[in-house]
Amino acid sequence: MLSRWIDNQILLGAAQAGVTMAAALLVVAVTMRLKLGLKKDILVGLGRGLVQIVAVGFLLTLIFSADLWISIPIILVMIVTAGFITVQRIKSIPNALWISLAGISAGAGLVILVMTILGEIKQDLTSIIPIGSMMVYGAMNANALMLERFHSELASHAGQVEAGLALGAPPEQVVAPYARRAVTAAMIPRINGLQSLGIVWIPGAMSGMLLSGENPAYAGFYQFVVSGSIFVTVGITVLISIVLVRKQVFSKAEQLLIRAEEN
Amino acid sequence: MERDEIKSPVFLRAEGLGYQVDGQVLLSDINFEISAGERIAIFGPSGAGKSTLIRLLNRLDEPVSGTAYLDGQDYREIPSRVLRRRLGMVMQQPNLFPGSVAENIRFGPTTQGENLDDARLKALLSGVDLAGFADRDVAKLSGGEAQRVNLARTLANKPEVLLLDEPTSSLDQAARRDVEETILSVLDSGEVTCILVSHDRAQVLRLADRVLMLEGGKLIADGPVEEVLDAQSMD
Repeated sequence: MLSRWIDNQILLGAAQAGVTMAAALLVVAVTMRLKLGLKKDILVGLGRGLVQIVAVGFLLTLIFSADLWISIPIILVMIVTAGFITVQRIKSIPNALWISLAGISAGAGLVILVMTILGEIKQDLTSIIPIGSMMVYGAMNANALMLERFHSELASHAGQVEAGLALGAPPEQVVAPYARRAVTAAMIPRINGLQSLGIVWIPGAMSGMLLSGENPAYAGFYQFVVSGSIFVTVGITVLISIVLVRKQVFSKAEQLLIRAEEN
Repeated sequence: MERDEIKSPVFLRAEGLGYQVDGQVLLSDINFEISAGERIAIFGPSGAGKSTLIRLLNRLDEPVSGTAYLDGQDYREIPSRVLRRRLGMVMQQPNLFPGSVAENIRFGPTTQGENLDDARLKALLSGVDLAGFADRDVAKLSGGEAQRVNLARTLANKPEVLLLDEPTSSLDQAARRDVEETILSVLDSGEVTCILVSHDRAQVLRLADRVLMLEGGKLIADGPVEEVLDAQSMD
């Protein structure tokens, strides 16, 4: 309907974003009424989300004609930012930032590199940057979920962990059940995503291809390539992070550094 | 050198042990000597630093000052896993691992690559008055039974010193007496040295020969049970 009144594409986008923002503010009003305590987080999220994605849109129009190598610093900035966002909520794990950076770089970096070399991502910026961002985003979320779950498992089972240590068990052995739960928790959304692909949701990559008139069958295959690659990214990221974080929650003398939750 | 070959008369010695968290001093300048076979109670009011001290001895926390010597050796030089098997700890809560009673009791030896045979398992279970409990699911045990499994699980490592951190404080009166009886019979049947943390005066009288009295993170008395407790009750 808006397109009938607005000819300029940028202005049309701004108007559409305005309508969405108004709907989101209605949700904020409801959360305030329910006293969910989310007002600040949602408003900051909406504001940042709008400004960041539009800014990136403008930036991409400028750099899409640039050299391919520019994708490297852009992906690196994404990875570093993802690391910082992850640790905002996980402050009590020592060296969480470095663990996150290592996990996300290894997972997303490796998959983006291999996909680009194999030609699964077209070797141009219009492909590498958006698809790379999906890998980094998937790695960030899975890494945050895993670390958060691992921390909460240790805090709520500190007694059992210390009981194991007190019996002379190696730290890796006593945290193994909690590490498994944390990895599972981080993988489940991705497994659900693969299982529901095409039936419950048609993700962004395929939607974009359909909107731009690509063959729907090819778009389907390509969506699986993207979703499967995100799954691989997530798997590598959480496995590397869990191996690194297992050591960080203990001192050199094998003492648990995570404090028990108050009963 | 086998550790059984030479044993100094003083088996465990704390020298200036201190601990603090976030600038708050929980223990300061704790000094004592314990000989093999002694039964010691660390006694004092809540917040005196009793559990903190026993956690330091098991090296679950790191002292910020001082150290302890086990058989003449600075305990920080002993690998933590070895030290913790030699100074076996029974915590306030049983903290059993999900699974059967037998799996819990076998846990310690298994971590050293040893297999606890059925005869020893049976002996450990009857030692804590739980004969026939091997295949029970730990989720179905009462509080007192769970705490006795906890004790047997620690004993499976054949510790030289048994560190008991308020082992009956989470139990009701009847279970408390049962567990206490079990501890007494374990102590009577072996040569294990025992350090018991308790705030229960009557329990200290029943289980210990000597008392280390803590208050506000400081050691304020060290002597025979009745002498220290009598002096305290006169204050």
